[in-house]
Amino acid sequence: MMKKKRMNSNSILLMLTILLFAAMYISGCVAYADKGFTKLQVFLDILKNNAGLICVVCGMTAVMITGGIDISVGALIAMECMFMAVGVEEWGLPAVVLLPLMLVIGLVFGLVQGYFIGYLEIQPFIVTMAGMFFARGMTAVISTQQVSITKSPLMSKLSTMKFNMPFEIGAYLNKKGKLMVPNVSIYVIIALVVLIATFLILRYTKFGRSLYAVGGNQQSAALMGLDVKKTRFKAHVMCSFLTSIGAICYVLNTMCGTTRQALGLEMDAISSAVIGGTLLTGGVGNVIGSFFGVLINGTISSLVKFNGKLSSAWPNVVTAILLCFFIVLQAIFARFRKKD
Amino acid sequence: MTFPGVKALDHVDFTLRRGEIHALMGENGAGKSTLIKCLTGVNNFDAGEIHIEGIEEAIKNRNTLEAQKRGISTVYQEVNLCPNLSVAENLFIGREPMTKLHTVNRREMVKRAQKLMNEMNLPVDVTRNLDEYSLALQQMIAIARAVDMECKVLILDEPTSSLDDTEVEKLFNLMRQLRDRGVGIIFVTHFLEQVYAVCDRITVLRNGQLVGEYPIAELPRVKLIAAMMGKDFDDLASIKPEGGLHSGTETLIDAKGLSHAGKIKPFDLELARGEVIGLTGLLGSGRSELARAIYGADKAQTGTLRVKGKDVHIKHPIDAMNLGMGMLPDDRKAEGIIGDLSVRENIILAMQARRGITKLIPMKEQEEIADHFIELLQIKTASRETPVKQLSGGNQQKVIIARWLATDPDFLILDEPTRGIDVGTKTEIQKLVIKLAQEGKGVLFISSEIEEMLRTCNRLAVLRDGAKVGELSGEMTQEMVMKTIAEG
Amino acid sequence: MTTLKKVTQKQLFLPLFSMVLVMLINIIYDVAHGNPFYNFFTISINSQGILYGRLIDILNRGSEAAILAIGMTLVVSASAGTDISVGSVMSLAGGVCCVLLAGFGNVNVNSYAVPLWVGVLAGVLTACLCGAFNGFLVAFLKIQPMVATLILFSAGRAIGLLLCNSAIVYINVESFKMFGGYTWIFPTPLLITAACVLVTALVLKFTALGTYVQAVGINKDAARISGYKSAAIIFLCYVVCGLFAGIAGIMATSRIYSADTNNIGLNLEMDAILAVALGGNSLGGGKFRLSGSIIGAYTIQAITTTLYALGVSSAQAPVFKAIIVIAIVTIQSPVVKAYMKKRKAAKLAQSSVEVHA
Repeated sequence: MMKKKRMNSNSILLMLTILLFAAMYISGCVAYADKGFTKLQVFLDILKNNAGLICVVCGMTAVMITGGIDISVGALIAMECMFMAVGVEEWGLPAVVLLPLMLVIGLVFGLVQGYFIGYLEIQPFIVTMAGMFFARGMTAVISTQQVSITKSPLMSKLSTMKFNMPFEIGAYLNKKGKLMVPNVSIYVIIALVVLIATFLILRYTKFGRSLYAVGGNQQSAALMGLDVKKTRFKAHVMCSFLTSIGAICYVLNTMCGTTRQALGLEMDAISSAVIGGTLLTGGVGNVIGSFFGVLINGTISSLVKFNGKLSSAWPNVVTAILLCFFIVLQAIFARFRKKD
Repeated sequence: MTFPGVKALDHVDFTLRRGEIHALMGENGAGKSTLIKCLTGVNNFDAGEIHIEGIEEAIKNRNTLEAQKRGISTVYQEVNLCPNLSVAENLFIGREPMTKLHTVNRREMVKRAQKLMNEMNLPVDVTRNLDEYSLALQQMIAIARAVDMECKVLILDEPTSSLDDTEVEKLFNLMRQLRDRGVGIIFVTHFLEQVYAVCDRITVLRNGQLVGEYPIAELPRVKLIAAMMGKDFDDLASIKPEGGLHSGTETLIDAKGLSHAGKIKPFDLELARGEVIGLTGLLGSGRSELARAIYGADKAQTGTLRVKGKDVHIKHPIDAMNLGMGMLPDDRKAEGIIGDLSVRENIILAMQARRGITKLIPMKEQEEIADHFIELLQIKTASRETPVKQLSGGNQQKVIIARWLATDPDFLILDEPTRGIDVGTKTEIQKLVIKLAQEGKGVLFISSEIEEMLRTCNRLAVLRDGAKVGELSGEMTQEMVMKTIAEG
Repeated sequence: MTTLKKVTQKQLFLPLFSMVLVMLINIIYDVAHGNPFYNFFTISINSQGILYGRLIDILNRGSEAAILAIGMTLVVSASAGTDISVGSVMSLAGGVCCVLLAGFGNVNVNSYAVPLWVGVLAGVLTACLCGAFNGFLVAFLKIQPMVATLILFSAGRAIGLLLCNSAIVYINVESFKMFGGYTWIFPTPLLITAACVLVTALVLKFTALGTYVQAVGINKDAARISGYKSAAIIFLCYVVCGLFAGIAGIMATSRIYSADTNNIGLNLEMDAILAVALGGNSLGGGKFRLSGSIIGAYTIQAITTTLYALGVSSAQAPVFKAIIVIAIVTIQSPVVKAYMKKRKAAKLAQSSVEVHA
């Protein structure tokens, strides 16, 4: 009896998220079966279109667990994509140099933000708002044009590189009788590696556990001998770094840089994390939930696209309704637990 | 260690021996916390040295982690663990057992945590979240963490404030057990009884200076209080007027069958003008909850309440206030003061609420009221515009009392008005309670110290496990109260 | 020395100081370009019979942010959180107003489908409703303000788009341009803002609203025991914030006599929050000063206008905004404050040692 793990409200929320995704996906399969929603490739495309978001949401979850928030992620992606695009097209630099540089930029960006948040104890919302302004503005400073990446063979190759599913899972014959094997791009694999790595870091390392401790009760964490400032600092560095990896996924997917790139991505990331059961008060959350949050967001967009007639505003509205639903549910659970 | 303008601690010597329980006593502001903070590295100190067994030279801890490494651990009044983590993680965070891959070895951690809990006889499943356990257990888990870190010095800072008697006894057993193992324990508390129950020696501080260090047998209670206060205190028994208090004729409060699910069972209570009624019982017996149900701080779920002969329904504290009630809550910091607002704003707060949002009290009147009460209650503050958070605990309490007096209530609930404040102010507040009753107000008085209740109340309602089990009046003694609590 | 200290510790020091700094930069810029130094302050009446000048431009353009800052100040004070949905709500209010005036489904009209006041009122009421929704989540369900308002942040604009069929709805009627145009010689937005500020200031002066909001913002539970209905106060603040967002939304719509749902109020929530912070108010809630926020809002507009004058494009301007934000919050950071205090104490100690020696 004792061994049987009791369901606490957090795992109920996670289950609900997964069920919701399943329900949504299955209803899509039923409604748009004739249009091919059932094909595995459709699901893989959801991953493909959201590879960048998956990386970002991993970092966001880590930050939110400490009780912080990072609204600079979208702008950071825009800045780095623009940097890459202009770097290749106008400065004529090779992508081999630019790709690691993108990571370095993210790291530096995170170090600065983390320093202000961790060591100067300024509210994360304000610091990352400044970060957002800065990165968005810098994007325009680099270039105000829409720059497409055409001159880098490496980028083109990486962008189009496809990995077929092993054992031809989900393969089908197209109209011409050719065997189509569902495939994923390299950036989907990058995103999944990031996801798994973050999961392991959060669960099995000292750093990961200290994130939860700091989010649970900062004062206690400090009195138990944890370095709260350093933990918060590191969480924000990690977020910006993972966002940079996300930026690489993003630029490989879009192959261009614009000032409006990834506009509002931070809100997608936050809502995915919240739908996935991460509490904004900190201390609770895991990347698996957030991953399903991303999938739900992606499925909604995909459903709207398959419908074809609905306005592009619908995904936003539906996500907001879901967000509302989960937030209210969390609040009710929290109250329930308090009364207990 | 000096604070701006004040020397918080001035040339204090303090010695803790291996295997003893040492009480650190003093009024508020005596320098107890400062001394502890210097030992544990939370604060820096300007002069002096700290020596600890096994280390040659003087040590200086720069943070709590360093102190812990040198064997000095602290358990505070509020449990300082993370409620969202499992018990095992709370025990091992920051020093988790690692695998060869340099990751946290969760299985090993759970195994060691469970072993530790079993050793200390704590009925805890270490894989569950900490917030699933009672405060007392959480406190013991905090101590377990300290003990497991091979501490030589264990500092317990007011650990018993939120525990009931059986829990306190459990804690004392644990402390004795640790003492026998050779741990030196510094025990800070406001409860004199507990000092005499468990300690070996006492060190008394006053105004940042050392008064003395005494073996427990050589310092009777009266002398201890004298040492803490630095003067021969008022004869406390003499504050009641000759012939005691007389109950008035008009019934103010008449509660019938009031209850709150899970906290208090239906109870009846009657209170007339000029009466001071005490609510007594062990912690967790529902003393505060009963008062809160009358006041509407927690909504009563059944029963009827008549105020001045009229049936009333109280949905929110403001309803109670409009009926002439006031309540000083037991948690001063959480429910009492509004820290960033000035003394003036805090004093007129309740009065303003009664007048309503549209009828602002003119500034001149506000200032007069504030000055009046600062004078009347002798609130020590730099000015009436000083933020109330800068005042000492006792003076903050006076500000909240002033807040209620300003509304001129007929019926005042005082929940632990004297907790955590110095003995001098305590007496002042007790005298004030009697004065209010003489002016024809009704007072409901709650305190953990039965002595204090016997001195001030003319009737006592005794509670046990959320139910009213008896009422005492006339000549009351501590034994009578104890007996009622025990037998009902 | 002591007077200087006193001045710098005043709450209004920060916004006023920034304002003066911006003006100085303008003066230097003007002088460098051979213009008279008072160029920045020149106000004249142009050929169309309206006030004209850079200062007037700042006051005019800063209207939306200033109006939003009023509501934001109350929300921040009472709930220790920010309402990030105001920009989105502005857009929705403008959309509702225009769709009603144009008649559902029309995108370009030359006459009203319903009377003007019906459209305006509906827009403002929609915004109040949004405020009430936010307030309900924050006050009664006790959800963190940022998360609660995140819902309308993403949905508000999207609903507006749906209402307008994803098109820009134009209202080509003279009277609709009123709120964004000129009244006699003054820009109307300036007058509307002045009216909003005045009403709020009077309410704060002659009622106990300020005490109520601050008490609730600092310690909700204590305020409750003292007879304050904390949840109701917080709810009220959000409704007021919605109301002002609605007014700002109508104003912004009237300026361009169309409901450009995608762009109205874009990023204005950030300006409003920044205005509150720049005004010396703590974003952690509690004590507040309305005048600070208003000056803060206009300071931000002055900075933006100055940057444009200096040839910085609107897309690049945020870089400077970011630097300003960081500068402000660094000065206000408790850590930096403590450090400065310590240094001062060390200096004092040193000088006293020298005296003794």
